Amino acid sequence: MDLTHSHPRLSPDRPEKPGVHTWVPYSSKDPCCEPIAHIQAKDLSIAYHGQPALEQVSLEINRGCLTALVGPSGCGKTSFLMSINRLTDLIAGCRVSGTLHLNDMDILSSQVDLLNLRRTVGMIFQKPTLFPFSIRHNLELPLREHGMRDRTRLGHTMEKTLQQVGLWDEVKDRLEHPAQALSGGQQQRLCLARALMLSPDVLLLDEPCSALDPLSSGIVEDLIVSLRDQYTVLIVTHNLAQARRIADHVAFFWSFHGVGRLVEYGTAQSMFDNPKHELTTAYISGARG
Amino acid sequence: MRSQHNHIQELLGPLLMWGVAAMVTLPFLWITGDLIVHGVSHLSFEFLLSPPHDAGRQGGIRPILVSTFLIIGVCITVAMPIGVGTALYLSEYTRNDKVLGRLIRSSLDILAGVPSSVFGLFGNVLFCQVLGLGFSILSGGLTLACMMLPIMIRTIEEGFRSLVQDQRLSAAALGLSKYTTIRVVLLPAAIPSIVVAGILGLGRALAETAALVFTSGYVDRMPESLLDSGRSLSVHIYDLSMNVAGGNAHAYATALVLLSVLLSMNVLASRMVTRWTLHIHTLA
Repeated sequence: MDLTHSHPRLSPDRPEKPGVHTWVPYSSKDPCCEPIAHIQAKDLSIAYHGQPALEQVSLEINRGCLTALVGPSGCGKTSFLMSINRLTDLIAGCRVSGTLHLNDMDILSSQVDLLNLRRTVGMIFQKPTLFPFSIRHNLELPLREHGMRDRTRLGHTMEKTLQQVGLWDEVKDRLEHPAQALSGGQQQRLCLARALMLSPDVLLLDEPCSALDPLSSGIVEDLIVSLRDQYTVLIVTHNLAQARRIADHVAFFWSFHGVGRLVEYGTAQSMFDNPKHELTTAYISGARG
Repeated sequence: MRSQHNHIQELLGPLLMWGVAAMVTLPFLWITGDLIVHGVSHLSFEFLLSPPHDAGRQGGIRPILVSTFLIIGVCITVAMPIGVGTALYLSEYTRNDKVLGRLIRSSLDILAGVPSSVFGLFGNVLFCQVLGLGFSILSGGLTLACMMLPIMIRTIEEGFRSLVQDQRLSAAALGLSKYTTIRVVLLPAAIPSIVVAGILGLGRALAETAALVFTSGYVDRMPESLLDSGRSLSVHIYDLSMNVAGGNAHAYATALVLLSVLLSMNVLASRMVTRWTLHIHTLA
């Protein structure tokens, strides 16, 4: 099916299903990510209680790339994100099928070591989700859980990570204070620091800026940009301007009869300057979604 | 016409609400008032601190108070860990396991409606006879624990279920094990519901008579160990008012003591919950 010119009328309810856009090799001006697939999804489908929510998503996400997942609400972006660290396991009635690989690891295999997978793949949610403990305890808890007991090393890792997220100067004198007393933006950065404490390879960010005021949102956004290269970052965002500013690649999802599908996937530049699908064109011009 | 109709409706609504509230509150006030009027004149430190004489017509209730606290102590010590554990199992481990979860839940709901005398007979057979504990404070406490558990478990389970999924997801996303998640995230957050469940259970235990007559007996001597028979406040009230001619005055006074214990436990627990929530919020 020719996706580019098949339908003059754009409607999310049209019966035809779009195919999967072939992956465009990386060729952006900014040589930030290596063209090595880090995460590979093939025919990935997710259903809740037998009702499909996302169907046949195939895409390859490059190592060190910042990939934005965009699209209207309910098109399965967050479900896709949560399948990568198998948080979908925690949702009652959720079934993931197809194949999903992180390097050579078959993420969906029942043999996979979930704690290790989640250590390798960190995640940040829309709202900061700090535990009701001190800043120090929040940061140290995951590392302790993974077996690091040495206080000096813990302290050192904590300082380094807090500096990485630009919080060290703000919180170094109140590490024993409750983490949830920090401002929203600080909390979100602390969540990021907590995920980074485990030295993950991949970071999943589920609308990390949407609950923040513009100033804090800007700070968190800059921070996310600074993580590029070191980590493979997937960010779900409703803010197209943000996706345009920060993403190397963009995956555009759309909901067809309540079932999410990947419509187009490519470099941010090609996606915003020269979208291949009418839905993408309509969505980024603000006519749809 | 229409506005008059609305006006009547607006008046009728609150009136109905007040009526219902009064129907619930009035019996409580009536009972309390009656107890105070008839009981307060017999209440004294001596009444609380001396043993009963002449089948309870004279003397006080010291051994009965001690037995009551021991029975409740046994009951809560046994019921709390089992209650929290089962509630955790139901809310965290049986989410997708429909058959087992449903089986446990419906068993609990049926048990919650079983009459206390049936629990008493069950306790008599199991604890007093089969396990050989005889009529004792231990048998009574254990029987009460069985009786309290259904309602306690369901209350605590609701507490766990109402916790936001965010915290569970975020703990899992950090690679925390289920055990750690329960220990550091879920249990602290569910403390208020655990306390409420404890209070509900205690209230039921304090008020219980039938189950205790069959299990802890009604010996009114000072108990020397948990294996001694002991009379609880509620059994004492029942005995004084039904079996002892001229025991009414002390029955009133004992009921007043029981009510005060119940009230102070309630106040204490709600204070604890408020303080805990404040503590969480200052942390928050």
